[in-house]
Amino acid sequence: MADTCLELKNIRKSFSKDETVLKEISLSIGKGEFITLLGSSGCGKTTTLRIIAGLEMPDSGQVFLDGRDVTALPPEARDVNTVFQNYALFPHMTVADNIGYGLKLRKVPKAEIKKRVSQMLELVQLPGYEKRKPSELSGGQRQRVAIARSLINNPKVLLLDEPLGALDLQLRRIMQLELKKLQKKLGITFIYITHDQEEAINMSDRIAVMNHGTFEQIGSPDEIYNHPKTSYVATFVGNANILKGKAEELEGDKVRVSLAGGSVLAAADGNTPAKAAPVTLAVRSENIVLDESCQRGLLAEVVEKSFAGGLLRVVLKLTDGTEVIASRYGIDASVQPGQNVTCFFEPENAVLVDVEKESGAES
Amino acid sequence: MKKNSKLSGFYLGLIFVLMYLPIAVVIVFSFNESKLPVRFTGFSLKWYQQLFSDSAMIEALGNSLFLGVVSCLVSAVIGTLGAVGLSRIHWKTKGALEYISILPLMIPEIILGMVMMAFFYMLNLPFGMLTLLIGHTVFCVPYILMEVKARLAGMDPSLEEAARDLGAGPFRAFWDIILPLIMPAVMSGSLLAFAMSMDDVVISIFINGPRLSTLPIKVYTQIKTGVTPEVNALCTIMLAVTILILLIYTAIGKITGRNQKNN
Repeated sequence: MADTCLELKNIRKSFSKDETVLKEISLSIGKGEFITLLGSSGCGKTTTLRIIAGLEMPDSGQVFLDGRDVTALPPEARDVNTVFQNYALFPHMTVADNIGYGLKLRKVPKAEIKKRVSQMLELVQLPGYEKRKPSELSGGQRQRVAIARSLINNPKVLLLDEPLGALDLQLRRIMQLELKKLQKKLGITFIYITHDQEEAINMSDRIAVMNHGTFEQIGSPDEIYNHPKTSYVATFVGNANILKGKAEELEGDKVRVSLAGGSVLAAADGNTPAKAAPVTLAVRSENIVLDESCQRGLLAEVVEKSFAGGLLRVVLKLTDGTEVIASRYGIDASVQPGQNVTCFFEPENAVLVDVEKESGAES
Repeated sequence: MKKNSKLSGFYLGLIFVLMYLPIAVVIVFSFNESKLPVRFTGFSLKWYQQLFSDSAMIEALGNSLFLGVVSCLVSAVIGTLGAVGLSRIHWKTKGALEYISILPLMIPEIILGMVMMAFFYMLNLPFGMLTLLIGHTVFCVPYILMEVKARLAGMDPSLEEAARDLGAGPFRAFWDIILPLIMPAVMSGSLLAFAMSMDDVVISIFINGPRLSTLPIKVYTQIKTGVTPEVNALCTIMLAVTILILLIYTAIGKITGRNQKNN
């Protein structure tokens, strides 16, 4: 990672006595990085963003921007700009006035503002839209204007609060690519909020998965997707199945785990769980293979099967009642509900999660 | 069904006739040649002429206009700031505070008038334009406060945050973003308040003092000594002005409504 651009240190925030929105979170973000805060609604990601923007004061903790403590600074004194979820374009101003507002506040000469506004409009592919009012624009166009308005100040960090949330799927895809391109071109640090894991994986350099006011895991999209650290990350990002069992023994770089209906091998990934220690495995549904001859893997009963877009989705029930979902292309479609099968997966596809939590619970 | 709708149409017509006939009579007789409001003897503008050459009447009109405009301006500032302030506090007493702030609308005017008279007397304030201004401001503020409050409630709070985010201080954000957006509400509230100030008799009569008269007080006292066609002419003018204000008020409402839908 390059130089640190923004740093959050032990940020705590609560809006009422009984509910803590952010529990001492810390995060360090590099210059020019595209980082996504991913989490379901109410996880504290918007509050984190508002604290960075200065729109909310943390109860404790500090925000550093380029090494300077900006915790006490009001939003107007921070070199950070925000693209709001609902765009927040000023309805009484034209597109040009909206985009040029930041420069006007800095007392930039009018001719210069005009030039920079039209450059910005060029950049977001809306040339010639200066005279329009926000009400005359489509959702996608408003979005572009909001981005242009925030970027014209050349912020050190651009904050984007679910900026594509109100757009339809097709437009979202296009805007995702455009935003990513824009960010690469300008080299500005982007902090992006979304609850859409696909969007996060597509766009980010790093993803910080948030849950209940803490970071569950911070890492590259590959790490988050293929090596989730917690069962929350595994289910939220990868729609993984969670299997609880007991560690038996290490077999090289793998560990044997006994589960309901049999035992399996899982990649140890450097972990050395003690014998009989409880372990949790996360296996994404596309990695679960069914065996109708019932020879390999865990004994299970087929509960339900359905097709969704060429994808066969089979719901299984293990002997202890744990539900397992297997879905993949070209899966053997001959299984029927009520049938007994076994299911298995390659050891490298089974990830040990919640290791810290479990070792913590034991000690 | 059809018969029914005919009947209800007739009923509606009857109500309108009963409501507006007296007004129509006043208008018609203001153009009457004869002094007696019994028979229409011919079209004439002489009562209007007489009205405008009546210096006492013109003075009263001037007083009313000055009073209406100044008390409206003062209330516009107080009401707007009050509404903005109310929208920012999150106290438990907020509901009560809001209720209290529009109470002057609900207290019977006669009580307000009496209370104000007693209060100004206690303060040793000479009765006249100043007491009238204070009195009218008191009952004008709630109109503006209510309108602006409603407008603020429908406004996206992130607009102000966006302005702050782009580098505007709190005052600048208010001036550039909030004020232009609530301006239609300030205007329509002020118009309503102005109309209320222009036709107030009850409160004014308690606090106007012996030498100062407003237009409604003048009309009221004249009527007691007998209706002249001059009063008819005055009423017609006031009616026209009221309708004009009402039209502007609706127009503002329509424009605002359209803007709000677009956001």
